[in-house]
Amino acid sequence: MMDYDVIVVGAGHAGNEAAAAAANMGCKTLMVTMNMQTIGQMSCNPAMGGVAKGQIIREIDALGGCSGIVSDKTMIQFRMLNLSKGPAMWSPRTQNDRWMFAEEWRLSLERIRLLDFYQDMVVDLCVENGKLKGVVGSSGQIFKSKTVILTSGTFLNGVIHIGERQLGGGRAGEKASHGITECLNKLGFESGRMKTGTPPRIDGRSLDYSQFEEQKGDLAIQRFSFTKTPIPKTQRSCWIAHTNSEVHDLLRTGFDRSPMFNGRIRGLGPRYCPSIEDKIDRFADKSSHQLFIEPEGWNTIEIYLNGFSTSLPEEVQQNALRKIKGFENAKFFRPGYAIEYDYFPPTQLSHTLETKKVEGLYFAGQINGTTGYEEAAGQGIMAGINAARKVKGETPIVLNRDEAYIGVLIDDLITKGTEEPYRMFTSRAEYRILLRQDNADQRLTPLGHSIGLASEERLLNLRDKESKVASLKRAWENVSVGPEELNPVLEAAATAEVTQKAKAIKYLSRPQLSIQQLLRVEKLRSITDEITTDTECLEQFEIATKYEGYIDRERENAKKLHRLEGIHIPKDFDYFPLNSLSLEARHKLDNQRPETIGQASRISGVSPSDVQVLLVFMGR
Amino acid sequence: MTTLFNDSICALSSPPGLGAIALIRLSGKDTFKIVDQVFRAASKKKLQDSASHKALFGGIYEGEELIDEVLCTLFHEGKSFTGEESAEITCHGSPYVQQKLLSLLIEKGARLARAGEFTQRAFINGRMDLSQAEAVADLIASENEAAHRVALNQMRGGFSKKLEALRQELIDFAALVELELDFTEEDVEFADRVKLYQLLDKIEVEIDVLTHSFATGNAIRNGIPVAIVGEPNVGKSTLLNSLLKEEKALVSDIAGTTRDSIEDILIINGLKFRFIDTAGIRETQDAIETMGIHRTFQKIKESSIILYMVDISRSLDGHTAALVRIRKEAPNVPILLLLNKADIGNVEPVLAYFKNEKHTIAISAKEHHGLDILSDTLIEMSNAQYALKEEIVVTNVRHQAELNSARLDLGSVRRGLEDQISGEFLAMDIRKALGHLGSITGQVSNEEILGSIFGRFCIGK
Repeated sequence: MMDYDVIVVGAGHAGNEAAAAAANMGCKTLMVTMNMQTIGQMSCNPAMGGVAKGQIIREIDALGGCSGIVSDKTMIQFRMLNLSKGPAMWSPRTQNDRWMFAEEWRLSLERIRLLDFYQDMVVDLCVENGKLKGVVGSSGQIFKSKTVILTSGTFLNGVIHIGERQLGGGRAGEKASHGITECLNKLGFESGRMKTGTPPRIDGRSLDYSQFEEQKGDLAIQRFSFTKTPIPKTQRSCWIAHTNSEVHDLLRTGFDRSPMFNGRIRGLGPRYCPSIEDKIDRFADKSSHQLFIEPEGWNTIEIYLNGFSTSLPEEVQQNALRKIKGFENAKFFRPGYAIEYDYFPPTQLSHTLETKKVEGLYFAGQINGTTGYEEAAGQGIMAGINAARKVKGETPIVLNRDEAYIGVLIDDLITKGTEEPYRMFTSRAEYRILLRQDNADQRLTPLGHSIGLASEERLLNLRDKESKVASLKRAWENVSVGPEELNPVLEAAATAEVTQKAKAIKYLSRPQLSIQQLLRVEKLRSITDEITTDTECLEQFEIATKYEGYIDRERENAKKLHRLEGIHIPKDFDYFPLNSLSLEARHKLDNQRPETIGQASRISGVSPSDVQVLLVFMGR
Repeated sequence: MTTLFNDSICALSSPPGLGAIALIRLSGKDTFKIVDQVFRAASKKKLQDSASHKALFGGIYEGEELIDEVLCTLFHEGKSFTGEESAEITCHGSPYVQQKLLSLLIEKGARLARAGEFTQRAFINGRMDLSQAEAVADLIASENEAAHRVALNQMRGGFSKKLEALRQELIDFAALVELELDFTEEDVEFADRVKLYQLLDKIEVEIDVLTHSFATGNAIRNGIPVAIVGEPNVGKSTLLNSLLKEEKALVSDIAGTTRDSIEDILIINGLKFRFIDTAGIRETQDAIETMGIHRTFQKIKESSIILYMVDISRSLDGHTAALVRIRKEAPNVPILLLLNKADIGNVEPVLAYFKNEKHTIAISAKEHHGLDILSDTLIEMSNAQYALKEEIVVTNVRHQAELNSARLDLGSVRRGLEDQISGEFLAMDIRKALGHLGSITGQVSNEEILGSIFGRFCIGK
């Protein structure tokens, strides 16, 4: 049997990115999955990106990951969300063809020379003296490896609930995985249960679309990827429907048989992705909830009913659903269900996603208590990068909170842990003005290239873009425009007219004036065209000019973070004699062993007063 | 309990200089061992063997020579101010004895404490939080009842409670702004700008109340400034001396405080007043006197109450013009008109002459007539001027600075709302405001803002 550098257990969003990163960085990598036919499944909704999540996909792409390209190639609809807000809030989102998405992932992985595949269930880990040596397959076969990345998703001791019915399983129609949790518990790992849910899948032919509101894609399709991946020419629409009080009343009749309410489900579910029964229970005064009808692909009749996640008995689901306008004759493909699975509180990891207890063992994705394809993929790529670098004897890569949403995500998990499935929000990022989808390449491609993940071509594209933006800046700083050229444009934009000549760049910084409007001035159009006509370059130039003040302020704010980040805590520091720290803080600090005061300050249970004490004690 | 500090510190805790008695304090793990080497209790008991909070009478010896007879109070570890083993030695007040005692303790292993080190140890050892530690510093500096009450209240957490409420309101405000950023696709009603303005108004008013209370805090600590305006020999000194006797109060003479030589501090009904003597302000051609008048107006503007003294036995010419000018220069400072020498003049026509004045009292400084009414009026006017009844008063300079900064950030939020900028830019300033408030109350985590959103809105498409 071959001796691997990296073994990835699982082939979902986390596992795929981890395997691709490790193998592309030159490591002999093996992907072990229970079913080779289900690589890259979209287990829940057929969509990628969204607010904060779209930024993560852009970051993964900028580092040299695959999720962006796979999503771009398989999209059936594109929307840039939050366009009415500033650029930091613009968030790309696609609806995807579920089958194409999985196929594209598999093809992408199969193209990687150093990546092997094996179909088996991993039931045990080989650990010697606290170091990982390999994994054990279901038939007792040992796969040797220097490092292992566990990306088990919802499969570890997964239990599916539909009403009073319970069945073991990791996903509808798929077996659960047993053995790994028990093995990790024996090694001293703490584990917990989490819960998530999914809505029913419906036959689209049974719906009356005249009753719904259509939601179309954007006129101009954009991409997740900074590469020139081909994108479709047409799009499919989604549709919006609404529940009513009759629906709610019918759903309530099943509450006594709901595993959510009768205590059969013990795991904690996410507050922001509640089941429909949770919504009508907690917000009883709300008489209607919005539902999204999302097609599962280009040619399929299958519909994903976003917003109707439920684990009520199937007949209750059906009866209630048919009271929705347009759903009177709805046919089910399969009911919604809730799933409970094991996770490992992520405070047991270090910032590289390597476990503190077993050297060479990494966790990524839902096993760390997160939810979402994007969050999983973001952890996957970082676990893959760090496992590869460990094998090669190189320094770890940790992204800071002002560098990437992925940095925020991992730092939150490691320092705070999570009580409910963790999802990214822009408000979790202190410096979100810096973490924009448009500048992910500037933030991360140089790093991705330096570690051998992002291609030379990606770096050259970035450098080219940067030099064009710089040229544009110089050109606009050196050309003046006068009232006679400008005022017609200003009038059209309903912004104050001018009486004197001024530098063109000054007008671009006006909030009401877009670069496209200004380019109607012939002089500006010609000097700009000489440099570039690429919309991405123009957009970057416009954002950098218009929001310069805010961006500079945010950089200043971020500097403060670096101050606390720069004060290191000795590795074996004894917190217990520090009586001025709360008992909780002492235990948490002792347990999690932050490397810097910055990290310590973000640990839940460590108060500012505790941080002051540490600062006083560290002599600041 | 394990202590963090390996050394024991000592310091003179009473004001330096000659006094009837003096207090020397020690703290640290070897306190009892050190004291036992120089102190012999009359009862022959060692500190090491005594119960906590006991006072032992005995002598301090250098070898066999008695230095002083003292009272030694001991506190066991975990039961003292600093949390460490501590002792307080009350000795006689001569500087020689104080110095001798300290040098003996140092010889036996103690170290002279740095400024604030006892409080720092209390803080580090978990005996108080940061704002409490700051309150202790204020408590030590507080010389009068009102200041004492405020400091005590803060130490007990009243201030923290008030700030906590303010913090929660700001979190809810932030949540409303964040809602439409992260949950744009959700089926929730976003806050309209009118509602944001209303919330902002409310929060700003609350911060303003707190920051304005700082002036009260200042007055409580440093004394309410009262400018006495009157010509020479109108009876200012007599008045102050009489008040002094009447109130049996001490004219403050705190070592080390720099005061204008013509200020007198008097404590009336537990409230501290700072009387500032000024020259008269009658019109004059004399250049030097004109400068004097300029200085007078400076002081009048800085004061909280003006005592305008009139000698009713003299001509009343010029007073009306002078009062008009004072009101012009210091429109917000109330004037209390004192008609002095009521014992030798006829008050009635003078009262009629000044009938438009709001506060007028006829007194005789020399004969102690009308002084009770004067005291009551001063207190009454101070109450009107300051929120003295208010329990929560900002007294700490750092707190005041943070509140002011938070207020400025909210000003930026308001401007942003007026300019209709996107929510994420508003959020930048809201976060800064939360950060300033958080440095007093405990920082706000992103999780708290999300918690506020999930608690109030049905999220989850």
